[in-house]
Amino acid sequence: MSGPSTYEPKSGFTRWLDDRLPIIRLGWDSFVDFPTPRNLNYWWTFGGILAVFLMIQIISGIILAMHYVPHESMAFDSVERIRRDVNFGWMIQSMHANGAAFFFVAVYLHMFRGLYYGSYKAPREILWILGVVIYLLMMATAFMGYVLPWGQMSYWGAMVITNLIGALPFVGDAIREWLWGGFSVGQATLNRFFSLHYLLPFVIAGVVGLHIWALHVPGNGNPVGLDVRKGDSGKKDTLPFHPYYTVKDGFAIIVYLMVFATFVFFMPNVLGHADNFIEANPLSTPAHIVPEWYFLPFYAILRAVTFDIGPIDAKLGGVLAMFGAIAILFVLPWLDTSRVRSMRYRPLTRWFFIFFVLACLGLGWCGAKNPDDLVFVMGHDAEGHEVGFKFLWFGQLLTLYYFAYFLVILPIMGIIEKPKERPASIEAAVLGTDKS
Amino acid sequence: MKMVHIIAAGLAALGLTATASALEGDAHTPEKREWIFSGPFGTYADGDHGERYQLQRGLQVYQEVCASCHSLDLISFRNLGQAAGPFWDERFENPNDNTVVMQIAANYQIWDGPNDDGDMFQRPGIPADYFPAPFENEQMARAANAGALPPDLSLIVKARSHGADYIYALLTGYGEAPEGTDLSPGQYYNEYFTGGAIAMAAPISFDGQVEYADGTEATVEQMAEDVTVFLAWASDPHMEARKSMGLMVLLYLFVFAILVYLAYRQVWANVEH
Amino acid sequence: MTEHNGAPDGHGQEPSRRDFIYIAAGGAAAVGGGLVAWPFVDQMNPAADTLALGSIRVDVSQVSAGSEITVMWRGAPVFIRHRTEEEIAEARDVDLSALPDEDARNENAGMEGAPAYDANRVLRPEFLIVKGNCTHLGCVPTSQETSQGGEYEAWYCPCHGSHYDKSARIRRGPAPENLPVPDYFFESETVVKLGLSGEEAANSGWAVA
Repeated sequence: MSGPSTYEPKSGFTRWLDDRLPIIRLGWDSFVDFPTPRNLNYWWTFGGILAVFLMIQIISGIILAMHYVPHESMAFDSVERIRRDVNFGWMIQSMHANGAAFFFVAVYLHMFRGLYYGSYKAPREILWILGVVIYLLMMATAFMGYVLPWGQMSYWGAMVITNLIGALPFVGDAIREWLWGGFSVGQATLNRFFSLHYLLPFVIAGVVGLHIWALHVPGNGNPVGLDVRKGDSGKKDTLPFHPYYTVKDGFAIIVYLMVFATFVFFMPNVLGHADNFIEANPLSTPAHIVPEWYFLPFYAILRAVTFDIGPIDAKLGGVLAMFGAIAILFVLPWLDTSRVRSMRYRPLTRWFFIFFVLACLGLGWCGAKNPDDLVFVMGHDAEGHEVGFKFLWFGQLLTLYYFAYFLVILPIMGIIEKPKERPASIEAAVLGTDKS
Repeated sequence: MKMVHIIAAGLAALGLTATASALEGDAHTPEKREWIFSGPFGTYADGDHGERYQLQRGLQVYQEVCASCHSLDLISFRNLGQAAGPFWDERFENPNDNTVVMQIAANYQIWDGPNDDGDMFQRPGIPADYFPAPFENEQMARAANAGALPPDLSLIVKARSHGADYIYALLTGYGEAPEGTDLSPGQYYNEYFTGGAIAMAAPISFDGQVEYADGTEATVEQMAEDVTVFLAWASDPHMEARKSMGLMVLLYLFVFAILVYLAYRQVWANVEH
Repeated sequence: MTEHNGAPDGHGQEPSRRDFIYIAAGGAAAVGGGLVAWPFVDQMNPAADTLALGSIRVDVSQVSAGSEITVMWRGAPVFIRHRTEEEIAEARDVDLSALPDEDARNENAGMEGAPAYDANRVLRPEFLIVKGNCTHLGCVPTSQETSQGGEYEAWYCPCHGSHYDKSARIRRGPAPENLPVPDYFFESETVVKLGLSGEEAANSGWAVA
């Protein structure tokens, strides 16, 4: 926080309140008069978008919970009852299901922004780590939420992912049974997932509070990656959050909501899977078990490890790789050795970043496919079957790149690349030349 | 804006996966068709005054052809009289009072009870009742169908990739099995069904199988189309409200976006950024 | 010279043309917020399947004179009694002043505040149809059918000792009001519809006696 609070309570009541619980002062200092770099671009609007979508999910979720029944004999029908009989239930359900997808789109764009502009670098390491915690909580919440409608994908997705726990040595089976509350995914699992799915978003809200607090200590990063200057010149680098960024975030939120509304009202099921409109059947496994799209890259990484590594068997290896892919984000601030924050000034590293984004998208593609499907055909074998480049190999290559980006490329590039000249200050960047 | 372009291209590539993963095994992809309800403005209405004759014909096909094996568990008689339903009538805001709906319901015998003697009994249906299932339980259904379970049709259009296109293709896609196809007794060849061998015989097999109340000529294609549209409605009865509300929401957001954008320009007008 | 705070501020001035856009945007936000709020509020209103059972039709042809049935409607019991001539006469041979509650408690359209004459509590004298929860604290009174009809050989609430008469009016005991008459009409000679639409209520045939 730069400088002392500028809030001045105007009325008797607000003075009285300010002496006892300075909550309006807190709101003023954080969201009205908060000095924000004046050069933020639209990549910085996703934080606000995420806050709005957390609210949308919580409100629509609480309403759904008024009608949903977490029992395996009634769960599927209760969701259909919401869609058919509850007033506007079809709309609220569609908002919640598509809201999860749009929540993840925004969080990925928010995270990629962080990677590109060095938002994780000192002194914002804790801010970044809190963000990864939020991401993990989001994944847990979304995973459990998807089980609740008790469709075929709900059930079998839960089976596959919880079975992974069994891969852990020694304790795996015990933990899995504990998680299930039984010998397979069933009623006990459904009920506890409902309880936890209701709980976690509030935990997320709490961590979001910490996240914003951790942000407000140093203040926002910005596209050129320079610090706001100390003292009076700092005022030339910044603008008060309100009205400049409230109106900009507001505009971005409305545009994002237009895309969201298009899906909610005109394409409500396109991001889902047809099999989830079939009630869960423990005796019949669907042909292709696929998680929701936002988990696909990790699904690809999981399936990439098809070989044993010493004492670690392939299944465990896959689990470790999958969790490793997220765990590595926690230590990113210490892996990237560059002292330059924004990749605008790291032209070579920028290419590696672009490939990283493509690799993530590619991994998502692989996750949706059968590992034996072919990316492209190269010929035919003796029996006339097609042979070519398998998705499995593509996924393995991309997984390699994913880890190499964090463990090899970022550490090395920070040392060997000579960065471009940065502007003298944020103000200079704004008054001066380039806007790319 | 390079990054945006790259990410957009990547998302487009991801979009390919949605269609590509739908090719299941040996089945042919059904042909894309224009339905009465297709598109952002499509509705189920085909009459001059907003009547829904195709839904009514489709209901008739369901009742006379499909209902002997397939249940429709999630559809209640009152749904037939709700807004945008087959027998929606503005005079009856509450479908319970819709005379056509009451008559359709009353033609069914619904199990109720127990009575004071402890017995279950049958009584004429009321609008609040649901379409009765042809079989009491899964085992009976399988026993009556050589081990195969005729799926419930309430959600069938949403529960299959390609939706209505697939249902129509399946209903009209029966044919001679190609050379070398393995068909057990009680199986039939359908090029749109995964693996080709389906346990259901062609349900709509000859013209005039149903005699339409409104006199429409009942060709196989007509009946298949009508029942598909009916089943699409059964899977998504609020589709019309969804689209009309969606249009209003998008228009409102568009206007709102313009207003806020202008406010944004106003706020930032005199500031270097 | 642009200070860091270049925001226009309307203190003490009339809204200028520049401020118009803020008012318009703010107004759009308020309107949008209100429109969005409605579905979230309305979803708690009874859903379509609940409303479907908001009205029921009862065939009373099997209820012989001197007997009664209890039907569940909107989650609560409703007594339908086919009264004999004697019961009707007894119900009518009562002075209004003898009643603790002089209001007919008839929920049909146009019957508010009607005095508690038996004629104001039935559409056809031989069928008495009342809601079956004691107006004291909600217990279901027992009826003369079970020989627990209380002092007036009609209905008696065992919870705190309320006695109702042959028109289901409270006569003795802590219950403050007569058993209410729900909105109903005879759809045909033998079918009673409980729970009327606005149009049905207007043409139901109820009138203050």
